[in-house]
Amino acid sequence: MNASLSWIRSYVPELECSYQEFRDAMTLSGTKVEGYKVFDEDLDKIVIGQVVSMEKHPDADKLQICQVNVGTETIQIVTGAPNVFEGAKVPVVLDGGRVAGGHDGNMTPGGIKIKKGKLRGVESFGMMCSIEELGSTREMYPDAPENGLYILPEDAPVGESATSYLGLCDANYEFEITSNRVDCYSVLGIAREAAATFRKPFVNEEPKIRKTEGDIRDLLEVEVKDTDLCPRYTAMMVKNIRLAPSPRWLRQRLASNGIRPINNVVDITNYVMEEYGQPMHAFDYDTIKGHKIVVKRAQDGEKFVTLDGQERTLDKDILMICDAERPIGIAGIMGGEESKITDDVKTLVFESACFDGTNNRLSARRLGLRTDASGKYEKGLDPNNTVPAIIRACQLIEELDAGDVVGGMIDLYPEPVQEKKIAFDPERINAYLGTDISKEKMLSYFPALEIGYEEESNLLTIPSFRQDLLRGADIAEEIARFYGYDKIPTTLPAMKGASGKLTYKFQVNEVIREQMQAAGYSEAMTYSFESPKVFDKCLLDPEDPHRQAIVISNPLGEDYSIMRTSLLNGLFTSLATNYNRRNKEAALYELSNVYIAKQLPLTELPDERMTLSLGFFGEGDFFNLKGAVEELFDGLGLTGHRRYDNTGELPFFHPGRQAILSYEGTPVAILGEVHPTVVKNYGLAKRTYAAQIDVEGLYEKVSFARKYQGIPKYPAVSRDLSLVMDRSVRAGQIEEIIESCGGKLLEHYELFDIYEGEQVGAGRKSLAYTVRFRASDRTLEDGDVTPIMEKIVKKLGEIDVFLRS
Amino acid sequence: MLEKLVKIRQEAMEQILSASSADSLNDLRVRYLGKKGLLTEVLKGMKDVSAEERPRVGQLVNDARKEIENNLDSMRTEFENRLMQARLQAEEIDVTLPGKKTALGHSHPNNVILRQVEDIFVGMGYEVVSGPEIEYDYYNFEALNIPANHPAKDEQDTFYINNDILLRTQTSSVQIHEMERGVLPIRMIAPGRVFRADEVDATHSPSFHQIEGLVIDKGITFADLKGTLDEFAKRFFGPDTRTKFRPHHFPFTEPSAEVDVSCFKCGGKGCRFCKGEGWIEILGCGMVHPHVLEMAGIDPDVYSGFAFGMGLERLTLLKCEIDDMRLLYENDMRFLKQF
Repeated sequence: MNASLSWIRSYVPELECSYQEFRDAMTLSGTKVEGYKVFDEDLDKIVIGQVVSMEKHPDADKLQICQVNVGTETIQIVTGAPNVFEGAKVPVVLDGGRVAGGHDGNMTPGGIKIKKGKLRGVESFGMMCSIEELGSTREMYPDAPENGLYILPEDAPVGESATSYLGLCDANYEFEITSNRVDCYSVLGIAREAAATFRKPFVNEEPKIRKTEGDIRDLLEVEVKDTDLCPRYTAMMVKNIRLAPSPRWLRQRLASNGIRPINNVVDITNYVMEEYGQPMHAFDYDTIKGHKIVVKRAQDGEKFVTLDGQERTLDKDILMICDAERPIGIAGIMGGEESKITDDVKTLVFESACFDGTNNRLSARRLGLRTDASGKYEKGLDPNNTVPAIIRACQLIEELDAGDVVGGMIDLYPEPVQEKKIAFDPERINAYLGTDISKEKMLSYFPALEIGYEEESNLLTIPSFRQDLLRGADIAEEIARFYGYDKIPTTLPAMKGASGKLTYKFQVNEVIREQMQAAGYSEAMTYSFESPKVFDKCLLDPEDPHRQAIVISNPLGEDYSIMRTSLLNGLFTSLATNYNRRNKEAALYELSNVYIAKQLPLTELPDERMTLSLGFFGEGDFFNLKGAVEELFDGLGLTGHRRYDNTGELPFFHPGRQAILSYEGTPVAILGEVHPTVVKNYGLAKRTYAAQIDVEGLYEKVSFARKYQGIPKYPAVSRDLSLVMDRSVRAGQIEEIIESCGGKLLEHYELFDIYEGEQVGAGRKSLAYTVRFRASDRTLEDGDVTPIMEKIVKKLGEIDVFLRS
Repeated sequence: MLEKLVKIRQEAMEQILSASSADSLNDLRVRYLGKKGLLTEVLKGMKDVSAEERPRVGQLVNDARKEIENNLDSMRTEFENRLMQARLQAEEIDVTLPGKKTALGHSHPNNVILRQVEDIFVGMGYEVVSGPEIEYDYYNFEALNIPANHPAKDEQDTFYINNDILLRTQTSSVQIHEMERGVLPIRMIAPGRVFRADEVDATHSPSFHQIEGLVIDKGITFADLKGTLDEFAKRFFGPDTRTKFRPHHFPFTEPSAEVDVSCFKCGGKGCRFCKGEGWIEILGCGMVHPHVLEMAGIDPDVYSGFAFGMGLERLTLLKCEIDDMRLLYENDMRFLKQF
């Protein structure tokens, strides 16, 4: 919502403040100023001058030497303007003054300083100005010529400030209006807030019409069929329309709000919409068939041509204004081509109605047609505003002599809104706000807001335009904002017995982050939604359950249209970004949710599973990745049985370089080298490694309990096992045997050598382990260890693993 | 014998002083003090000394032995010191050469900032909780006083799964879950992802994070809300930070406010960072609307509370001086390594 300070001040005549003060005070009382533009910011020393005489410049064909009366003196000004003439009244910038820009319309921030000087040898003591040089446009000042000086009316007072005369000593404010304050989408609403903010009287005389002729009720019939969508319909009529330009004050006021003046009738409807926030539609009476207006819902599939010449398809939830035969306008959105006001209009009907806001908003959205009027209606207007607004419009018709107002009014308002009353409880308000404001002080804020108070019943009466005031808390806010939020004390809540903490899952997440970062992985964040194309990109089988993703019904685009069931696409994409940007290496992890539907389409909320992905390219291989996973499990106290199986079933990983990690028998993680085809699909580094862990499934098993194990007092006995076997035997198989045969004395084992080559023969390999035994209560002897080692060797023999001779 | 003793002693002293290395000192120790050393030889001659003379000569021999030993020791110490000096000198390093870093990973800047926020509120007695990201319409809108067809629903450009289920547009939904648990008082913050249909640009993202706050207890006031957020701002942005509460409107709070903090770059004088305003908007807040309490089964005549919500990305961009939100979701190592 925009309003100029001078317009606001016309309802709050005692308002005295600087532009900056106005901005700050309004913002702090709740009508936030987004910004303001001071029209004469770059203008200085500009007066109304009159050309007394002129002669041609001796050395330049296009220049004129003018003697210009500027009130206090007559000065010589050389001009090249084509439209200068003797007797012309023009804005003149004096020596040392400033203009806002050039006559080409280009503005210079800070303005352009004008100094006396010589033009082709002839002295010039100022400059006569075009509208563009004054920082405005012909749009806003249609009487200015396309090219040349802005010639002012003959009655313009010579010597007076031209900026003031043109209404440029003003500033236009842009307000951010919150959705609850529909009343503030009007200059009157803003002015009411300004009056309350500055504690100055709000002055708005009730509009009146002096003279009327006839009665509208004899000329027009109105029927509202769908009163649910049209709680009030008000119409008045004007005949003998005399279209003409609006007077200067009206043009300037519209111009200051950024509205282009057109003619008196159009300007009046625009003016009243700005002033009262009530859209006003004008129909040409002679085009209304049967001289009857019917307000009713359209029919599905009905066609209608709006006044912009577009054909629209209607439906049964769109409210139409019709005449006896056909629709003539879409209620509260746009009028029809056939009933629009033309230059030949003789008689017009003003419509000032109240339509259902929600229906209007949804209709405008379905039609893809949001207009200035629907922008107001959609917010849900006050039905009590239609009458003052329409009378104001007719009053202006009379004042501007734009036509003759027909007497009477058609006003269909079957169910007037009831006056709201709210109990006034100052004690409760103070307790709610944490303040100590006196009852009298509270009451002092109400008159400017037009909130009434009945002492006997202790009830507040709420004006109908304040649809946001419903209960005590709303009154508390009114008190708070005019008392000043800044004056409310700052205290801390008592918080008895409060001890802050993270929930358990958040605590685990923090440990995971620490572990990942210690392992050299940096934290990534990617979007929760992705493209359904990622399934093919990751080579998922058509039946793969990961394809069962939740679909967004109104996504930003296909790329963001499904909720992810895996973090790997995000990880691959981020790693590819790093690779494409020629980063030598990257190691990333992400701890975030995947979304697993219990059934599709969704009937209940899905399972949001906290998941960890990690991956890297650069230095390292599969075993670095596995090492990071192992250390993470250790850090989380997940010391139970871990088993790695390569089933080759993960399509996005290299079939020979992938594993499913089972923890205590349950699969909880996958890890592997990214499949060469997936590498190509994403543009990844040739060797990229990735893992994904279902953290949600591990929360219950995580343990941060740590128990001290005595530091060994007795020495250990170590034995080396150098083994040969077929290449296909897995280290995991050997380790299972060592673990199962090792017994209580087994302390540790470690693979220290892997060999494949001539010495062991083709298709075979050698693994060498150190196995360490220790007892906590004595020094071990050979006799303790040898039988164990023999048992291990025997068992290994059963899977064709033998000691290397 | 005495003469011999004097001679040995003198000779030993001379040789010790002129010794060239620790090894030659060892040789001298053997030569004079060893089992077959010269001084030992002298002692062997003691049997020829008269009984009266014997203590005096013995004393002299012992004195000579001690002196030689002392001199040997001090020379040894000197040689060792010299060796140590030489070694230390030889081992000098250029301390301006680069340090060797462990390849530690880095936190995402969003989480660096989130941890700061969490620490402040945990310190003030809040619990950090979470709620679902895919949410029922009821929790995201209706229970927050935003009924069907409310214009605020349009303003938030919601992603829908179906008529009842959507991607939450605000962490305020967690307020309702906490209230419905029915355990009072409540002091919680709830960080998490939220989603709105905004096209990606330098200041918008369809997926971002909010941090919700909620306190419900008997006797909670607007002054408590002001005090809490003022305290937060001072701890988060620095002790000299000032806050400005501007009236605003949110359907689920009444009264509502937006909060600005004095620009932590210029202290409020106005600079490029705060666009000359001196103030930076950081969050929205208010007293929990009595109707919201009623819907969640809490009696507004007994309990009151306040709620606030802030955008994590906004705090991150401000505090880390990041000029483009897209950087947060690209995960370029050159970016992440800075945090």
